[in-house]
Amino acid sequence: MRTTLAAGAAGLVFGIGLTISQMIDPAKVIGFLDVAGNWDPTLVLVMAGALCVTVPGFVWARRRGKTLPGDAIEWPSRTDIDRPLVLGATLFGLGWGISGFCPGPAISALATGVWQVAVFGVAMIAGMVLYRMTPRF
Amino acid sequence: MENFTPVSGFLGGLLIGAASLMLLMLTGRIAGISGILGGALAPDARDRGWRFAFLAGLVLGPLAVALARGALPEVNLQTTVPGLVIAGLLVGYGTRLGSGCTSGHGVCGLARLSGRSLAATAIFIGVAAATVFVLRHVIGS
Repeated sequence: MRTTLAAGAAGLVFGIGLTISQMIDPAKVIGFLDVAGNWDPTLVLVMAGALCVTVPGFVWARRRGKTLPGDAIEWPSRTDIDRPLVLGATLFGLGWGISGFCPGPAISALATGVWQVAVFGVAMIAGMVLYRMTPRF
Repeated sequence: MENFTPVSGFLGGLLIGAASLMLLMLTGRIAGISGILGGALAPDARDRGWRFAFLAGLVLGPLAVALARGALPEVNLQTTVPGLVIAGLLVGYGTRLGSGCTSGHGVCGLARLSGRSLAATAIFIGVAAATVFVLRHVIGS
């Protein structure tokens, strides 16, 4: 129950951050990706703001070795740059460039009630299910 | 660069970073949204509760801002419905195959100085920028 409430609160703050930074708006994201057009570097500032918190915060977390309630932290363990990572990041980049949506903003943007966002969301879930059904290579 | 909004961008970024740190220090989980959603879809998932709570929070965030401002945030679509379907499939499949998206690799992975996340982030930003270039300046010109 405590974990569920904490996760809900973290999601809420994340969603407020995506809204205030306008990353919820695909036009804003495409404005960053369109380096040859009317370039909008806002996304760089969003990443910088986030890293200002996560870089020192993660050093603190690593030193402390456990969560505030005292449980284990599930650090990702892999370090290899393998074919699935490269291919997956490439496919994601294609979809991100076409739509201006990555997973977080797409989920937050559902709140606006724009029905086309739900179309993207259903297709994204279908892509995830498809990945689960295909054999690993 | 008349659309540049550095102050709200940086403030929003601080909140995104704070949310990622909150999730890590309160639950021990990395705030990778594709991983949180993908894990919630697993037929054998035993930890759906916190995953759905985080995703519900993500949807409530813009509504909380809308309550304060009196207006929903703008979402200006950048492609057609078929384009959204293709992009959605690519984003869903690609983020699972590549073990992460802008949040997991971009915000959390870079903060851990992970070479894997740096490579993934460089690739998806590079490919996305190249895609926009081709769609807007080669095909669409």
